[in-house]
Amino acid sequence: MSTDWTERLPKWIWAVIPLALLFGAVVLFLVENPLQNLGVNAPPVQQLTVEQTKLDDDGIHLKVRANGSEPVSLAQVMVDEAYWKFSMKPEGPIPRLSSSWVTIPYPWVKDELHEVTLLTDVGATFSHTIEVATPTPKLTMQRIWGYILLGIFIGVVPVALGLMFYPYLKTKGDMVLQFLLALTLGLLIYLFIDTLQEGLELAEKAATVFESSLIVWLVSGLSFILIYAVGRSKEKAPEGLSLATYLAIGIGLHNLGEGLAVGAALASGEAALGSFLVVGFTLHNLTEGIGIATPLLQRNTKLLTFVGLTLLAGLPAAAGTLIGAFSYSPQWGAVLFAVGAGAILQVIVEIGSYVLRNTEVGQRFTVPNLAGFTLGIALMYGTALFVAV
Amino acid sequence: MFDDKIPRKLFLKSGLITGASTLLGSMFFGSGNNQTSGDQYSDESTNKELAHPGVDHNGMTAVGQVDHEKNGFDPHEMLTDWDTGKVSTLPNGQTLREFQMVAVDKEIEVAPGIHFPAWTYNGRVPGPTLRCTEGERVRVEFINSGSHPHTIHFHGIHSASMDGVPGNGPGIINPGDSFTYEFDAEPFGCHLYHCHSMPLKRHMHKGLYGGFIVDPDPEKHPKYEQQARSRLLGSAENEEWQEFFMVMNGFDTNFDDDNEIYAANTVAFAYQQKPIPIKHDKPTRIYLVNATEFDPINSFHLHANFFDYYDHGTTLYPTKETVDTVMLCQAQRGILEFSFEDFEPGRYMFHAHQAEFAELGWMSFFEVINENKETV
Repeated sequence: MSTDWTERLPKWIWAVIPLALLFGAVVLFLVENPLQNLGVNAPPVQQLTVEQTKLDDDGIHLKVRANGSEPVSLAQVMVDEAYWKFSMKPEGPIPRLSSSWVTIPYPWVKDELHEVTLLTDVGATFSHTIEVATPTPKLTMQRIWGYILLGIFIGVVPVALGLMFYPYLKTKGDMVLQFLLALTLGLLIYLFIDTLQEGLELAEKAATVFESSLIVWLVSGLSFILIYAVGRSKEKAPEGLSLATYLAIGIGLHNLGEGLAVGAALASGEAALGSFLVVGFTLHNLTEGIGIATPLLQRNTKLLTFVGLTLLAGLPAAAGTLIGAFSYSPQWGAVLFAVGAGAILQVIVEIGSYVLRNTEVGQRFTVPNLAGFTLGIALMYGTALFVAV
Repeated sequence: MFDDKIPRKLFLKSGLITGASTLLGSMFFGSGNNQTSGDQYSDESTNKELAHPGVDHNGMTAVGQVDHEKNGFDPHEMLTDWDTGKVSTLPNGQTLREFQMVAVDKEIEVAPGIHFPAWTYNGRVPGPTLRCTEGERVRVEFINSGSHPHTIHFHGIHSASMDGVPGNGPGIINPGDSFTYEFDAEPFGCHLYHCHSMPLKRHMHKGLYGGFIVDPDPEKHPKYEQQARSRLLGSAENEEWQEFFMVMNGFDTNFDDDNEIYAANTVAFAYQQKPIPIKHDKPTRIYLVNATEFDPINSFHLHANFFDYYDHGTTLYPTKETVDTVMLCQAQRGILEFSFEDFEPGRYMFHAHQAEFAELGWMSFFEVINENKETV
């Protein structure tokens, strides 16, 4: 009897009933407010995060994002412990998760430190330090070209130079190939940890509501799985050119992040860039080129392929310096780093499995291999000293 | 690998390193800019030009208006709203002044848009400015309608049980309780009262303080009778003066034991945005009290003029003559006397000479009115 009755109902009713009950439960909760019995009367939680800073002849401009339990009203703005006029765009309370540009017509002093404090309607304070006041670069063709050239210098040039070792490396035997593969693995492990760390550091600067460090881990994992799946879609592990291509993609994403950091630090005046720094980056990224060349040692490769690989691995650095210089929000930067970390992890797995497939168990942890692996890490760390000061 | 927190001093010190624009300019556009490390920013501006033509070099203020009506008190009215209490005569002939003070929790707007959860006497910060004459009997009925135990501790001469401190006499007055403090108004001067519950710092900075002014009785001071008479509220001599009451205070809006807001009479920039009008042909007297917490001292600096200062107001002769700045420690107070007679009309600044306090709200103007003179 009852089964007949239920079977006559349309199938979709079983999707509608839970939704209708959900709606009812929400209404009931709002009407009854059972939290009252708990004596919960929490004051509003307020949080303001400065995502971007621009300095120009009109003063200081801050992109301020609100998060917390309700909209945040910015009541006053202090610069260096002095209240100052300000205007907002858009005006009024900043809705939860939204952002507003705050303009303070403050006569900031070039090359000096300024502390901006935002006061909300309840008197809560949120401080933002401008480490070294420098005019934010204006978007002129000359500047854009300058940043692109800078990116080419720290990305494309070293990768190209690294790849130029190819003909020499090709004359060497299997032992050297094994050594270089181990070296590449070491290099990649370094890059993976470094990229992940950069992403997590940037995540700290983002508005807490975005849970950016969680996003970094999840996006790293997701992008790893995606790239891995694409790489394996031909039912064969990538080798040779395709492995080199994935290497170039992973390293390219890493260089994008690297460019981002350089561009942002330069534009915000936090780092004065000199020829010393550029030379450091060239040395640092040279090893990446050798890494990309390694999977190609057992086949013949056209010159054009090398050009393509160079651009794939190096050019993202130029995009990075540009985006970094003309400001970006930390949560997006963190996502970029996370994608890079995932891509590098994929290459680590593929090179690792390539080594495993092509060597006997006893030949895996040989002295040259371990030496190569260690040297890969040491080279990256050592050359990083040039750029991290 | 690239740490964006590079200690910049290392860079600045290093002869190898030059500025970003130098690098970008000279490396890639070498011929165009003949920059040296000395004028590396010469493409941005030269020294002779005003830095940042678009900024407001005079923009130091708060944005918006405080709703004085909603606060229930106006810093301009507070300058002169003496509370003289209910006056009667005791059987022994002594004048009795009765006051009532109620402690209430109240959110007040201390700067435009910034609300502070204050503890107040009579719903205002500072509390009512009690004014009496030396030798009078003072009775203050205190009712605690707040959420914490409070007291009133008067700076004056009284017995231990009337001291308004924990453990003495009635001790702390719990919410819902009341107590009447009673004493003779002694000595004459510019005094203050405040809550003395513990933790004292919190009870003070939340707003429980106010002025307690005891005018001298001219008959008791034959040597300085004229001066005493001019201080006695209601006398013909006192009418010749323009008198103002000011409490220098601060507000720690984020409760980090450091003030975000400084002011005279609570509202930041109140007298900057709307100056205090004073007549040039009447001398001015200011009863000044320092109720600032956290900072050991506060100060008062008058522009374009000098004043005589009576520390604590307990003398009828100046303790400091012809000064333009006076420094007061916490709870220190005094009387300032000056004249703008025949001064050019216009705005005369006064503020804490701790520039930090001034720029955080304790910045004010007198608007001197002189019909006989034109502004140059």
